[in-house]
Amino acid sequence: MKKVIKYVIIDILRNKIMLGYTLFLLILSMSIFSLEDNAAKGLLGLLNIILIIVPLVSLIFSTIYVYNSAEFIELLVSQPLQRKTIWMSLFSGLASSMMLAFLAGAGVPVLIYQADATGLMMILIGELLSVIFVSVALLAAVKTRDKAKGIGAAILLWLYFSLLFDGFILFLLFQFSDYPIEKIMVGVSMLNPIDLGRILILLKMDISAMMGYTGAIFKDFFGTGTGMSLSFLVLVAWVILPLTLSVRNFKRKDL
Amino acid sequence: MIIATNVSKKFGSLQALNNLSVTCTKGECIALIGPNGSGKTTFIKTILGMVVCDSGFITFNGNNINNNWQYRSGIGYMPQIGRYPENMTIGQVLDMMKDIRKTSAILPYDEDLIGSFNLNNLLNKRMRTLSGGTKQKVSAALAFMFNPDVLILDEPTAGLDPVSSEILKEKILLEKSKGKLILISSHILSELDDLVTQVIYMQEGTLCFHKTIEQLQADTGERKLAKAIAQVMQQ
Repeated sequence: MKKVIKYVIIDILRNKIMLGYTLFLLILSMSIFSLEDNAAKGLLGLLNIILIIVPLVSLIFSTIYVYNSAEFIELLVSQPLQRKTIWMSLFSGLASSMMLAFLAGAGVPVLIYQADATGLMMILIGELLSVIFVSVALLAAVKTRDKAKGIGAAILLWLYFSLLFDGFILFLLFQFSDYPIEKIMVGVSMLNPIDLGRILILLKMDISAMMGYTGAIFKDFFGTGTGMSLSFLVLVAWVILPLTLSVRNFKRKDL
Repeated sequence: MIIATNVSKKFGSLQALNNLSVTCTKGECIALIGPNGSGKTTFIKTILGMVVCDSGFITFNGNNINNNWQYRSGIGYMPQIGRYPENMTIGQVLDMMKDIRKTSAILPYDEDLIGSFNLNNLLNKRMRTLSGGTKQKVSAALAFMFNPDVLILDEPTAGLDPVSSEILKEKILLEKSKGKLILISSHILSELDDLVTQVIYMQEGTLCFHKTIEQLQADTGERKLAKAIAQVMQQ
């Protein structure tokens, strides 16, 4: 497995996009931190951009990468290698390069300007989101044979996670505003890793007071040790679930 | 050595393989013949596990190939259209395959074909810049490199120039004399004449016959494979 990962990583590193992504994150976070005189405010600004950019790049790059490696995958499948090994190596290579790019691009500036619990939480969430969306991208890519369809599905998934889901939440809130649905909202937020990440970081920033009554409920749940560990478990499940599904699909795929 | 039992495969509504049962034994050189779209390549891909069959099963040396992968270390496969990572050079692809298939059991690599195809001079060329014929040469070199017991060649000489296809034929004859099982699918029947010992004829995913070459000659009264098959197809 190590051998295949090695070739995947060499191939990704040769790709200039990864370098561009790292530089982009670096320039972005450096400029945000130097524009704001208050580092905590800078972190908030960075948070909103990262929650949009990281899933987008992770999802689209991974999907296109899988389609472009079709030849590589085909070559490996006819060799004495387990299909699971090939797929997991692809995942590990993609995930580790996405994580490395995020760490170098956004992690380092955050550590320089705001190396406290909030900053660390943000790095952790960013890393987790990178991996989660690699895993989602692999599922989208294995499900569809057609390249254009697969990339379209990846873009739609990103739209869903970053825009449509929030619209759906708002709709729920307005429709059922007469009912006590705050507790249900905690459960619903688990359905979207981006929202979950946002809530976890915002609570660390201690500005949950601005989120009103719902914020208080969130604080009650996510502020506690069990709530925190449960939400991290959910985030990890967001990695494992799509990945296992995609492995199962890949094992039965005709090449 | 390779036994396929009632193998069926559907691609959508197309029945690519229909209840195919074949037994291939060691030391034979078997020609897979049939019109375009008769399921030859699909059959080869199911043996390699690249296509998963809907029903039926295939055993390799007595082991079911389903969920098994080690058996592929005994197979050298030359695809019909070799597809390789485009950004890698020939040298990198060869090194990668050696790296992946490296086990202590493999005897020194069989690099005859790399020498006789003059691939050594092209090691720094990227795969996307190669002509179809050169890609075929790389595929052939890779198939023979690890001294496999079984060679599966899918239209090996399509796209090769006359000199190179002669070199490849010599190599196949040499491996045949070592008692390996060789499966060749081809449309150029005149080339198969002095190679094959058995013929599998397929049509629309079903097996029409599996005979030794002597029996085919006796049945049709023709010496040449091309004429014998032509006679079968007209019936």
